[in-house]
Amino acid sequence: MDIISTRSMSKDFLEDIIKSAKKYDSDKDFTSVLKGKILATLFFEPSTRTQFSFQTAMQRLGGKCVGFSSTEGTSVKKGETLMDTIRTISSYVDCIAMRHPKEGAAKLATEVSGVPIVNGGDGSHDHPTQTLLDLYTIRKGLGNFDGLNIGICGDLRYGRTGRPLSIALSNWDVKLHYISPPQLSMDKGTIRHLKDKKIAVKEVMKIEDVIKELDVLYMTRIQRERFPTEEEYLKFKGVYVVDPAMMAKAKERFILMHPLPRIDGITLEVDDDPRAKYFEQARNGVPARMAVLHKAITE
Amino acid sequence: MTEKTLKVQKIEEGTVIDHIAGGKGWEVVRLLGLEEFSGTVMVLSNVHSKSKGKKDVIKIERKQLDRDEVNKIALVSPSASVNLIKGFEVKKKYNVELENEIIGILKCTNPVCVTRVEPVKTRFAVEGKDPLVLRCAYCERIQRGLEFA
Repeated sequence: MDIISTRSMSKDFLEDIIKSAKKYDSDKDFTSVLKGKILATLFFEPSTRTQFSFQTAMQRLGGKCVGFSSTEGTSVKKGETLMDTIRTISSYVDCIAMRHPKEGAAKLATEVSGVPIVNGGDGSHDHPTQTLLDLYTIRKGLGNFDGLNIGICGDLRYGRTGRPLSIALSNWDVKLHYISPPQLSMDKGTIRHLKDKKIAVKEVMKIEDVIKELDVLYMTRIQRERFPTEEEYLKFKGVYVVDPAMMAKAKERFILMHPLPRIDGITLEVDDDPRAKYFEQARNGVPARMAVLHKAITE
Repeated sequence: MTEKTLKVQKIEEGTVIDHIAGGKGWEVVRLLGLEEFSGTVMVLSNVHSKSKGKKDVIKIERKQLDRDEVNKIALVSPSASVNLIKGFEVKKKYNVELENEIIGILKCTNPVCVTRVEPVKTRFAVEGKDPLVLRCAYCERIQRGLEFA
């Protein structure tokens, strides 16, 4: 099966992946699960965690990987269309995990691919496997989603993690707190979708305004590459920083998350706080993507 | 529409698009490429309408509309109706209606949508008809206005 869009994922599907990720989050040997299968990781845009964790997940399941991490040296540079690239590579492998700068690229790939497509990020549109590992991290850290106050901070407009996480969380009874400057606020379509699903949404500009209420604070990076000019980017760089003083205001039962790289969003001193879960979150990318690849290839 | 109110000659064979929203007739002409059409085209703009106040009417000789053309009209004027004419008589009349999916006739207004660069027919789900709400099947963005392919 293809795994493309968070919007199309049911609560049952999300629970199924979380359950499966929990099973794979152990030192047991799972190398017989996808033995003999080959995954292509096609990263038309650079990535560290996503690509490596897909490759690690596939190898932990006993499969092998091929792929590229930039379009240098590929036919893409010669002007080959995405559709032709996918059509060709899908005839070599059993599954494709791809990242592409254009929104909807993964969906388009499903129309020409003979094998399942997993979306590893398409522009600012979606990043469903990040959302799945984020959900797994929250479930692991706090037990349940219902009743949680979840803050999502930073670039909610151009970032590709805040929107799909919000849409996925709308399957439970959560309250969302968006922390951003108005220029980087969550798009109206998503806010309308959340309100239609009876999710309480609060929008503020400062972390201090909500930190005491939060069970989860999900920081996101102000992404240089999403801004049209360096000048625009510099206006927002370093606006949101979590440091020990901020952590002191948070609840005892609280988790701090970040999809990484954090750049200057969280100071190094916070790393020793047991509530800082961003490296564990990154590590959870492997069991979560093991669950995803298993589902994609076998269902 | 009677001869008394519209002093324009009847057509023997072709299509009359009636009840177009007032002032939208020229947009329909452009969308259907009628500027290039070799047959007779008559456009009546801001004609009095009992139900709508003003309407536009287009008469096209020796032309039948296909599905894409009817969909285009529905996007700019969902109130329009189409009359097929043969032997100066209305042989068939129907209201234009938006389908649940619009295929291949619009561009996605999202500048970073994959459909802007790949050779693919666009697809939009019609999530609302009044007001019109279209969502791109690829990037899932709600459209801001209409941009015809």
